[in-house]
Amino acid sequence: MSLRVAMIVVFVFLYAPMLLLVIYSFNESRLVTVWAGFSTRWYGELFRDRQMMSALWVSLRVAFMAATTAVVLGTLAAVALTRLGPFRGRNALGVLVTAPLVIPEVITGLSLLLLFVAMGQLIGWPAERGMVTVWIAHVTFATAFVTVVVAARLARFESALYEAALDLGATPFRAFVQVVLPVIAPALLAGWLLAFTLSLDDLVIASFTTGPGATTLPMVVFSSVRLGVSPKVNALATLLIAFVVLAALASWWLMQRRSAYRDT
Amino acid sequence: MPETPARPWGRWLVIGIPLVWLSLFFLLPFGIVLKISLSEAAVAIPPVQPWFGVEGQWLSATFEHFRLLVSDTLYLSAYLSSLRIATVSTVLCLLVGFPLALGLARAAPRWQGILLLLVIIPSWTSLLIRVYAWMGILGNTGVINNMLLALGLIDQPLVMLRTDFAVYVGIVYAYLPFMVLPLYATLVRIDPALLEAAADLGATAPTVFLRVVLPLATGGIIAGSMLVFIPAIGEFVIPELLGGADTLMIGRVLWQEFFNNRAWPLAAAVAVVLLAVLLAPLWLFHHQQSRSLELER
Repeated sequence: MSLRVAMIVVFVFLYAPMLLLVIYSFNESRLVTVWAGFSTRWYGELFRDRQMMSALWVSLRVAFMAATTAVVLGTLAAVALTRLGPFRGRNALGVLVTAPLVIPEVITGLSLLLLFVAMGQLIGWPAERGMVTVWIAHVTFATAFVTVVVAARLARFESALYEAALDLGATPFRAFVQVVLPVIAPALLAGWLLAFTLSLDDLVIASFTTGPGATTLPMVVFSSVRLGVSPKVNALATLLIAFVVLAALASWWLMQRRSAYRDT
Repeated sequence: MPETPARPWGRWLVIGIPLVWLSLFFLLPFGIVLKISLSEAAVAIPPVQPWFGVEGQWLSATFEHFRLLVSDTLYLSAYLSSLRIATVSTVLCLLVGFPLALGLARAAPRWQGILLLLVIIPSWTSLLIRVYAWMGILGNTGVINNMLLALGLIDQPLVMLRTDFAVYVGIVYAYLPFMVLPLYATLVRIDPALLEAAADLGATAPTVFLRVVLPLATGGIIAGSMLVFIPAIGEFVIPELLGGADTLMIGRVLWQEFFNNRAWPLAAAVAVVLLAVLLAPLWLFHHQQSRSLELER
């Protein structure tokens, strides 16, 4: 019973701040914390904010590219770690895959920037930093998260299915694409969404590795928020929260349907 | 599933592509950070001596940046206060997260999925936005102060924003899901029969908790604690937005040296020392991860 009370308290702690953001995004007043009546004017101002909208476009493109690449790399890494048995360098790959999960972002950001500068001096590429360098940086840390998600699914995969395909004459590549991929597809989608949100949210690594003309949304939000609370950011936050909650409910609903289908 | 050895090149592609990418963009950069931390600063773009010196020699190491880190007390106290803030936040996360994880593990199976989702959803929304939310709550004209003033409980607003207290709240709030998920994963695997057996043999509830539940949850406690402690030590956004000017954290110092002072070699030296400090917790985390992977198979 007391456990249930504790759970409710923690859930209130988790959700009350976000709920307040949503409520105050509909506040007429410029002073964020004084209620002055219902209004949607800050949403209008948000969409008219050229700087934020172009930063959003940059962020969406980088996140899409980074998530797609990270799913490919992460799936390869997950297959290597869970399905290929022992090989030389397995331990090294394991370390390289788990370390980005926890290494502080300032270190990852600084080290990638110094790499790009050194590469630019040595081989002339990248000549200047921008969307491409942010993309590489985001792929590198998002791959770790995708690997964890996909490896967890692969570890539970019935290998008999794959072996049956091989016995029936499929090449390992074909067996993987036609037998394994459809089964682990939900994990790939989950990994892609996770990588996408991580990239969309990243401030620190992008700040280090970006260059002129490639300002991402978190960088614009951060410089505005640093000066204090702003109703426009509340509106942006509300849209983001709504998007995440809808996506989460959709994925939950899909999973429910799948398990109901399995049980019958 | 043993891969058929018929096409070894396919096997090597699967291993090689991620290995090469991560070696190039994750491992190699640390070597460069080390190299830059030993380089002379320069008034140029970029503000370090070039990769190859004028005489074609590139191993002209200098230890002046590391010497500065040791001699200037600013850096030492920044490291110490980062350690303190990360330790306290990790313990707080554990205290808040453990009951939640235990509640999740004991909930009816059909509820566990949706409850777990409720824990994860906040971590899918932007960290920046969630930290920002607390600026509006803790500020002098924030929600808490407005409420307390309206109730007449206080005459003057409590100063909460821009203090270490706000940083603790922010870190616990932002990292709580990372603590709860590994805890839940170990707690849900504990066989209820073990707890019943202990109770039947006369153990009181606190004894069952201390002698049965806690030892079996050690793996989750270690994994969750490392997932909070290691990133929290280098945290930048939370102390920058919620902390005061005197909230020293090493991630913030690194940022300022790099962006405000353009002292690239010094920032690199700060990163090298931070990484050295983190080696032991990183090893613990990796050890725990590989053990849990072994157990799952």
